[in-house]
Amino acid sequence: MQLDDLYRRVIMDHYKNPRNRGTMEDEAVTVNLNNPTCGDRISLQLQVQDGKVKLAKFTGEGCSISMSSASMMTEAVKGRTLDEALALAERFSSLMKGEEVEFEEYEDIEALSGVNKFPARIKCATLAWNALRKGVEQGRMN
Amino acid sequence: MNAEEIRTQFPILKQEINGHPLVYLDSAASSQKPRSVIEAIVRYYENDHANVHRGVHTLGARATDAYEGAREKTARFVGAASSEEIVFTRGTTTALNLVAASYARSVLREGDEIVITPMEHHSNLIPWQQAAKAAGAKLKYIPLQPDGTIAIADVEATVTERTKIVSVAHVSNVLGVVNPVKEIAAVAHRNGAVLVVDGAQSTPHRRIDVQELDCDFFAFSGHKMCGPTGIGALYGRKALLESMEPIEFGGEMIDHVDLYESTWKDVPARFEGGTPIIAGAVGLAAAIDFLEQIGLDEINAHNEKLAHYAYERLSAIEGVTIYGPQHNRTGLVTFNLGDIHPHDVATVLDAEGIAIRAGHHCCQPLMRWLNVTATARASFYLYNTERDIDRLAEGLLRAKEFFGDAIG
Repeated sequence: MQLDDLYRRVIMDHYKNPRNRGTMEDEAVTVNLNNPTCGDRISLQLQVQDGKVKLAKFTGEGCSISMSSASMMTEAVKGRTLDEALALAERFSSLMKGEEVEFEEYEDIEALSGVNKFPARIKCATLAWNALRKGVEQGRMN
Repeated sequence: MNAEEIRTQFPILKQEINGHPLVYLDSAASSQKPRSVIEAIVRYYENDHANVHRGVHTLGARATDAYEGAREKTARFVGAASSEEIVFTRGTTTALNLVAASYARSVLREGDEIVITPMEHHSNLIPWQQAAKAAGAKLKYIPLQPDGTIAIADVEATVTERTKIVSVAHVSNVLGVVNPVKEIAAVAHRNGAVLVVDGAQSTPHRRIDVQELDCDFFAFSGHKMCGPTGIGALYGRKALLESMEPIEFGGEMIDHVDLYESTWKDVPARFEGGTPIIAGAVGLAAAIDFLEQIGLDEINAHNEKLAHYAYERLSAIEGVTIYGPQHNRTGLVTFNLGDIHPHDVATVLDAEGIAIRAGHHCCQPLMRWLNVTATARASFYLYNTERDIDRLAEGLLRAKEFFGDAIG
């Protein structure tokens, strides 16, 4: 078990300098999600226009894995259609199962592939992506 | 007490985790099992198993003797007046839920009060929320002192004549604080209320005498005291248990069954519907033998010594915040390391073979009171040594080094 497999430099960079952290004033879909087993929480806002995610912002509290994953996710979904956003979430699930998946749209995400070797931490990495799925659902209903 | 020697009796502790000798510091979540307990369960299944309290064959009699023998041993272990005051349950949670679902629902009237504290584990909090809602009763909290202890003046100010039930942890699973149960019992009784004690964290470490504590109900789990999972017990004063209706119905618990009406067995059998946890009770009895052979007072002294040593070692590390009082604490230390999230701390320690707990410890209201979302917790038991705490301290320094950039 190598810690460096988990805590890659890209991950620590997103943890230290989170992208899209904060809230937006404009009308947005808001999802609040907890990880009840550990206390991590995320509040995700998606600004959906013409079926596309124009902007994604998040606030929350959690470990380096959950917060860096949220930072990457909000970068990756910007400008994507709701279908594309959902497809990204699906591919992220595959990544967590240990499958070889590429993220051409946003390669930083591939740094999280090491989480697969730390089963107890997978739920940390998936929190933001579960919030995205819920956000897409809500975005479709609006 | 020789912890090094005791440790050799726990097969699981002999392994390496991630290339390092295992340091197990999560006994407050669940303790490990000595060979004598594992062997007692195997012996039971290989020689004596059958269903209890029915049939006339020899194995049935042996299983019944083993199960009821375990009840007598458990009664003696906690100082109950008789084995009829011991109900076997799945653990502390089930025991507390039994009191809340049966006793509380029969005595509570609209406007009555239940009094608990903000340091309670969810299992000694949610059952009372639910019981209060069902009866239209009020749930009240004894405020905590800044160091997480309870002042008797606050108990006196919170408990009133409308209070029917007071329920507190004997020892907090986060703060490690030992609560003044006997003094709280006096206040509860003066106001005509009963005292329920969550003994999950105290029973593994301290000599328990429910009559000396003067509590009315006392709940604990086997798996935190070297016994197997799936077995625990509720002590209740006999007159109180006799006033309670069962909450589970079926085999084993009935006296007479008619097409439209049935009657129940005497206590405690009426609360043990279905085939009971026989092997669990056998394992619990073996765990009690194991602990008593070493001596509960010895175990308690060892744990307090380790807690004190850990407090000193950890507070010497820059950036460590320890929660709970410095003194009057049992064998655990809850802490945070700078801004490093406890999950990350726990993962770095795990890579070094050190097992600790990270999260909210089933105490979300207490986490809010502490103004944190999560903490790390190292908890100790009779097989831990000062060397284990040294390894923890070294691991924390490594975590600091590893995350230095991230938190800098």
